[in-house]
Amino acid sequence: MRTRTRTFALLAVLAALVLALAAAGCGGDDGDGNGNGEGDTQAVPEGVSGNVAIMGVWTGDEQAAFEAVLDGFTEINPDVTVNYNPAGDQLPTVLATAVEGGNPPDIATLPQPGLMRDFAGRGELQPIDFAADQIGENFSESWVELGTVDGTLYGLFYKGANKSTIWYNVGAFEGAGVEPPETWDALLEAAGTLQAYGVPAYSIGGADGWTLTDLFENIYLRTAGPDLYDQLSSHEIPWTHESVITALEEMAKIVGDTENIAGGTQSALQTDFPTSVTRVFADPPEAAMVIEGDFVGGVVTESTNAEPETGFNVFPFPSVNDSAPAVMGGGDAVVLFTENEAAQALIEYLATPEAAELWAEQGGFSSPNQNLDPEIYPDEITRTTASALAEAEVFRFDLSDLQPAAFGGTVGQGLFKLFQDFLRNPDDAQGIAQQMEQAAARAYG
Amino acid sequence: MSGSGNVTAEPPPAAAPPSPPGAWRKHAIAAGFLAPAAVFLGLWIVYPAIRTVIRSFYDRTGDTFVWFENYERLFTDDTLVTAIKNSAIWVLVVPVLVTAIGLVFAVLTERVRWSVAFKTAVFMPMAISAFAAGVLWRIMYIQEPERGTVNAGISAVQEVFTEPGVLTQAQGSTDGVTGSTEEGFELDEAVAPGDVPQIGLTAIPQPEVPEDSAPAVVPEPLQGGIAGVVWRDFLPGGGTPGELEEGENGIPGVTVELRDAQGGTAATAKTEADGTFAFEGVEDGEYRVAVGGATFGQPFEGVSWLGAQLITPSIIIAYIWIWAGFAMVVIAAGLAAIPRDVLEAARTDGATEWQVFRRVTAPLLGPVLTVVFITMLINVLKVFDIVLAIAPGSAVESANVIAVAMWRTSFSGVNDFGLGSAVAVFLFLLVIPVLLLNIRRFRREV
Repeated sequence: MRTRTRTFALLAVLAALVLALAAAGCGGDDGDGNGNGEGDTQAVPEGVSGNVAIMGVWTGDEQAAFEAVLDGFTEINPDVTVNYNPAGDQLPTVLATAVEGGNPPDIATLPQPGLMRDFAGRGELQPIDFAADQIGENFSESWVELGTVDGTLYGLFYKGANKSTIWYNVGAFEGAGVEPPETWDALLEAAGTLQAYGVPAYSIGGADGWTLTDLFENIYLRTAGPDLYDQLSSHEIPWTHESVITALEEMAKIVGDTENIAGGTQSALQTDFPTSVTRVFADPPEAAMVIEGDFVGGVVTESTNAEPETGFNVFPFPSVNDSAPAVMGGGDAVVLFTENEAAQALIEYLATPEAAELWAEQGGFSSPNQNLDPEIYPDEITRTTASALAEAEVFRFDLSDLQPAAFGGTVGQGLFKLFQDFLRNPDDAQGIAQQMEQAAARAYG
Repeated sequence: MSGSGNVTAEPPPAAAPPSPPGAWRKHAIAAGFLAPAAVFLGLWIVYPAIRTVIRSFYDRTGDTFVWFENYERLFTDDTLVTAIKNSAIWVLVVPVLVTAIGLVFAVLTERVRWSVAFKTAVFMPMAISAFAAGVLWRIMYIQEPERGTVNAGISAVQEVFTEPGVLTQAQGSTDGVTGSTEEGFELDEAVAPGDVPQIGLTAIPQPEVPEDSAPAVVPEPLQGGIAGVVWRDFLPGGGTPGELEEGENGIPGVTVELRDAQGGTAATAKTEADGTFAFEGVEDGEYRVAVGGATFGQPFEGVSWLGAQLITPSIIIAYIWIWAGFAMVVIAAGLAAIPRDVLEAARTDGATEWQVFRRVTAPLLGPVLTVVFITMLINVLKVFDIVLAIAPGSAVESANVIAVAMWRTSFSGVNDFGLGSAVAVFLFLLVIPVLLLNIRRFRREV
């Protein structure tokens, strides 16, 4: 029966191959650890072992910086092997596939709390209350709340972003003789002066819908106040609420000022975020300001020749009608999918100021960790934007990131698309608000 | 295993009644050879296909059986309806165009010198991945002529036919100066000989602010004439609009029009370095002065290739650019196989070249054209990467096609695997008739 044996051998080889493939796709071992019950809060956990698979949004320079943080962890815990898998912008896709296939990583960093709620709601996430003490000590109440779903702590916000910033071309501001404005009216007036000087005031990256939702959220947080902001976040008030209309009308003062947008509306709709930044700091400048978060600084230093403070600088998003200072921002939440002991230790580690320090000293990073010494930040501009984030009295998370992903986080759909429509036609605040409400109702279903 | 060294003699299997010994062996060999393929097919094609069909009847969580709800949404959801419409456009336009263009290229390359070079050039895009090609076209389609190649080309052609101006843009500095860059900016106040009109302009693009200009001056009134000044009414911080202040410069080279009561142009003048102009020997009466439209070169703003209206045609052009080479090569091969004597015979019988092509070449090429057409039909139904690469975020909705919609609903934020599976099944159903057609044709040819 030689043929038969051979057939079986062949099949066995094949089966082994299939198994190997399947194993290679595996996230890592499950471990058997239950949470370590040590009450010692600030101690960096040591002496654990095992493998940890992390899937994250950070690529390129950010990946290198985060890997340095992971090295800090493995230095303390030499028996742990940490495997970082950068999924980049496609993280929701890659992660959803892995989870749907029953094969999630141990830890993932999620750019949107909405995504965290999705996974938590489906029971895919493990609570991280074992780290509650560290987190409570190092993070302000608003960040802890953001990581909590239905009373259970699931997310640790390791990295934050201050999105209440406006970046400007210092030369253009000096040439036009305007100062960084502190109020909304002063901003609009400065924009008029910039236009008369011959440099369009705004550069808008309208091809990416999120730049537009960020602008709206900054205005809404100031015109409607934090309470209404929270209610709109959780869809307790409809998008047709008059506060939304008011904010849209204020927003139209910028997006409807078509002559004052670099390249006009059509061009703005085709400009992606990085280009919207480089247009401001090109020579000669195509626009004077770009309204986006602290990460603009990284794009400027990477892709243009502008020097900090002499070429580019930043001012906080101005107050509207005497609104109190407020910061709107974002952050990446670290969540746990498995009961892996080493992964738990890593999460505890990421909650410490030491872990925040390792990235902060490399730049391009704002930590929500309030016990991080601001002197660690490498330059003045980062220090300003980052400490504004950690010290903000009123901090609200990016509203669109708190929505169901189909409504608030998907290219070409929901809020992204509707705000692009609004940029196309800024006269119809009522109509766009109605469409937003319809889309929200569908997504909240 | 009791250590007996006995070898039990069994009767040889030769007598096994129903199937002869060779048959079993044959089956085993066949199974052995088929097994690897069968395992892979089953694991990676049959199982996922069945699973997708089942999944399409469940909601997004995968827990609730919802019958045909997902399929209903397929035809009611705006996003998906747009995708279906766009796919219909693709199917109607692209296979025909690719086949036609391929045919033209194939016929032409038979006649031209350097045909190898030409064929290579046309075939080259096939060597690039569709995604890379998409990125190339995305950059070429940028609206600003300074950055997008396509619009730069159009702009270069247009510049030959349009007059350049000293400025491209400006605005009146006060409400007293109205108009546009096309009809010019007119001072609302009427002027008469002896007056000194002043026209302030702002919002002149920084790079166009003339460097050779001198500080603006208000000229002396002109006896029996009109003298005035056109200046850049801007000081750092804004200055006082409408007032000629220290530090503000004249705009040289501006065409100033003197318009009579009927609105006709009575005279024109050019401004000096300090912005002054003069009309001499003006008859009494009421006039208006204006900065003429001739001052402004109308810059080409660029065709919005990536805008919501043009995005699908734009992507189709890029797609044809990729696939025309494939069609050309296949059709050229078919062309080479046509017996020359038939063509010669037709020519000898007095057929014109067009008749030869219409009545002889085209029918003989029929089967090859069908192959190209059907291949393209299948390709177009599943078109994905190039759409993803070219469409900017603000136009993805308008550029959507079924395969992209399938991916977008399953992943990419929406994460609705139920609906996504329904889209996949729908796409599968659309491809089936084409596949059947293709299989039947294969059979016939064999």
